[in-house]
Amino acid sequence: MNELKQICKDVLTEKKARLIIGYSEDKNKKVKPYIARTPEDAEKFTFNHNAVNNLAVYIPRFKNHFEGKIGIVVKGCDLKAVTALIQENQVKRENLFIIGVNCSGVVRDTDKDFSKDNSQIKCKYCQMKTPGYFDAIAEETIEFELTDDDQAEMMAKIEKMTAEERLDFWNAEFEKCIKCYACRQVCPMCYCEQCIAEKSTPKWIDTSATPRGNFAWNTIRAFHMAGRCIGCHECERACPMDIPLSLLTRKMGMVASAEFGYRPGMSIDEPTLIGSYSTSDKEDFIK
Amino acid sequence: MEEKFEPKIAAFVCNWCTYTGADLAGTSRLKQEANARLIRVPCTGRIDPVFVIKAFENGADGVLISGCHPGDCHYNAGNFHARRRWTMFKNLLEFVGIDSTRLHFSWVSASEGKKWVSVVDGVIDSVRAKGPFTQFKKLNKEHEIPVQTGEGVSTK
Repeated sequence: MNELKQICKDVLTEKKARLIIGYSEDKNKKVKPYIARTPEDAEKFTFNHNAVNNLAVYIPRFKNHFEGKIGIVVKGCDLKAVTALIQENQVKRENLFIIGVNCSGVVRDTDKDFSKDNSQIKCKYCQMKTPGYFDAIAEETIEFELTDDDQAEMMAKIEKMTAEERLDFWNAEFEKCIKCYACRQVCPMCYCEQCIAEKSTPKWIDTSATPRGNFAWNTIRAFHMAGRCIGCHECERACPMDIPLSLLTRKMGMVASAEFGYRPGMSIDEPTLIGSYSTSDKEDFIK
Repeated sequence: MEEKFEPKIAAFVCNWCTYTGADLAGTSRLKQEANARLIRVPCTGRIDPVFVIKAFENGADGVLISGCHPGDCHYNAGNFHARRRWTMFKNLLEFVGIDSTRLHFSWVSASEGKKWVSVVDGVIDSVRAKGPFTQFKKLNKEHEIPVQTGEGVSTK
């Protein structure tokens, strides 16, 4: 990844950005988020199949844009999160220096090598291997073709169930939830300063990990992602209890696309789905 | 003797249209079933989907959401925003297992007392046919924390 290192070094030397959010590798070959502030720091940057994190989650934390632009290393899927943040006025395009990388898929289990069976679900139906726009791009890439979308089969299976079976299925999944809120912390679109889960007057969602609190939290979180989730599946990756959260968010994405022809994070000029309306929206479910 | 099941319906209605429409149904002496508890909100745009979840948590067997017809909103666009939100929310709830027999939507204007009666009766019939929402109430039961009383522990 010499090209990426060189680009980052140049950006920091020429002060095109005050810092760059990227990936670095430690001794144990674990790839972690890493923030470089000097050209020397940029030496540590890397990018490979283990670079699973969506770094856009760090963008809303840097608010002092008068100090200079924020550089960020993005994969195609992560760029959608950046776009969605721009759409929702969390950051301005001119305050970002986007360094794209051509992604050739990321792993599911970081202890094993990347393969057809060991790849993130999102990679199996990826449409964005190259970022759509960028200020600089590192062109190194390996071709990959992964098409076994087993999640779509799972989705079809759930949709065929009766409502009672679905509720039982999801309650069994939500039962595992320990309310650690890792799904929220890792999500680039969850940037509220006060989350609804922390509102206490009234307390809308039970804070303890009870069946009813878990149902409320997980459905409301999925709803807050409706028409906003860009499908990086970080929530599912971060979940210590392996709840299939991406099924919920992907379903919401499918509804947004089927009902409104809207795909989040595709264009910085497009109004958001929930933040806008059309007088000709469908209403066949309303009596 | 076994009691006949009477569903509890939480109805979130907008102040300007449906609430007034329901009022008209009352003043016109139209007969309707009494299972719906009306919750008046300023506008359908005020209804956060978390209200619906909360209603089910607190024992509702069905939920009705009703407001002004599109174009009639007192705040011009509240119901247009709400309509999009409901489309997403309805699909989400269906996916997690609360289908359209328990969650209903309607437009009822201030002059549609008759329509309100037919909507409410329709919702009540649909929920009554479906039966009590025991699946959701079970979640609450597991939630009950034993309360310390004078003699040992009870679960009231």
